Amino acid sequence: MSWYHYLLPYDFSPLTLIAFVVVLTMYLQGLYALPAEERPGALRVFTFLLGLLLCYTVMHTRFDYYSQYMFFIHRGQHLVLHHLGPLLLVLSNPLPIMRFWARQIPGWLGPVLWPVKMAYRVLQQPLIAATLFVGLIYLWLTPELHFDAMLSRPLYWLMNWSMLLDGLLFWWLILDPRSPHTERVLGYGKRIILLVLIIPPQSALGAWILFSDSMVYDVYEVCGRAWPLAPETDQMLGGILTWIPPAMMSGIAILIVVGRMMRDDRNSAKTQQADEAGEVHA
Amino acid sequence: MTGIIRALSVMALMLALAGCGGSGVEWHAKNIRGLMPDLEFTLTAPDGEPFTAEDRAGQVRLLFFGFTNCPDICPATMARLQNAVKQMPQDMRDEVTLLFVSVDPERDTPERVGEYVDFFGDNIVGLTSDEETLRTLAKRYRTTFGYGKPDENGDYDVSHSNAVYVFDGQGRARLLIRSDQSISQISEDLETLVRQGRD
Repeated sequence: MSWYHYLLPYDFSPLTLIAFVVVLTMYLQGLYALPAEERPGALRVFTFLLGLLLCYTVMHTRFDYYSQYMFFIHRGQHLVLHHLGPLLLVLSNPLPIMRFWARQIPGWLGPVLWPVKMAYRVLQQPLIAATLFVGLIYLWLTPELHFDAMLSRPLYWLMNWSMLLDGLLFWWLILDPRSPHTERVLGYGKRIILLVLIIPPQSALGAWILFSDSMVYDVYEVCGRAWPLAPETDQMLGGILTWIPPAMMSGIAILIVVGRMMRDDRNSAKTQQADEAGEVHA
Repeated sequence: MTGIIRALSVMALMLALAGCGGSGVEWHAKNIRGLMPDLEFTLTAPDGEPFTAEDRAGQVRLLFFGFTNCPDICPATMARLQNAVKQMPQDMRDEVTLLFVSVDPERDTPERVGEYVDFFGDNIVGLTSDEETLRTLAKRYRTTFGYGKPDENGDYDVSHSNAVYVFDGQGRARLLIRSDQSISQISEDLETLVRQGRD
């Protein structure tokens, strides 16, 4: 197999290709159209592109082949789609680009988009969002459904896309770049509570997979593995990937939120001081 | 987003189909109705002629992958399936065909596959093709195969799926037989399928 075969999709999905091309084009176009002072800096652009590239790679290259025929690589794929990729995309703060495109929406589209907005509001209720985030991991790892998802092409794509979209929703809620002091977004304390809440159920699932005596996910036996790795080893690695990295991601996200909280406090303290100083002078 | 909508509608359709086809049959094998695409292939028969899914249309077909140098899984599977067919009522046995697809075209010529399956019975068709065609077929049924490193004699192992895909007379994917199913369980499932085809 030549090197470029590794870049080609194993299972070509036109809709996936279109979705990524559209997002990339809209991002670059928005970037180009924005005035220089609103335009995200090089590091932010890089973070966005890296997140996008990671998600595309695990979904639509040879990586996907290994994800379909090796349990632990499948867990790695979902780690990128549900955690790492969306986290990077959100951290890059694409808000200026999103605002640019929001301004392009013609007025008559407003009522059409209303149900989408409402659905978004419901899904972003903190408890719903956290339940959905953990629930989707559990759902697709239900042995029966996991078996079906690995056999059925439409279900497989639904699984991967639902993980990516839910990842974006959840990490946007947690790492929304807007400050709760000035805008109606989730408070920092609540963000941290959610990040802590999602750790135990994910760890429990990972530990359950890791310490299972029998094969929980036998579809990889039925369909054959990408290379002859002992099934126990495959399951063990998969369990570790379900357990440890998501907990670490929560930890990292908590540090980021705490950092922002402190910066916000300093900023508001400064403005307060400046206000007081202003009053004295006046 | 469009991908999701499409996938959701497919899932809704699948649920609807499952609702209609709820005949209440309890299968021993895994029910894969609606999960996998219909039987469709063009491979090479032992006489060197092309062989397609149409060639045995109307029959319940059992598709599985293997290779003739296979030390254990393939002969064991073949024997189990043959015994299961033998346990069926006499007049039903002719309505079942086994399709053995060798995924080792390097060593397995169509004739060789033919000789191999003849050893197990006369309701088995031995098929193979070039690697690319075989990969496409394997991918269609979401399985894979791979080759191990050759030893000093040039012998190598071939990893392949141990599942048997069952299609009904109309070529619809129906069941997935796993390796832990007993012969009488397989036989009962096949009997039910043949009976359903007659209704």
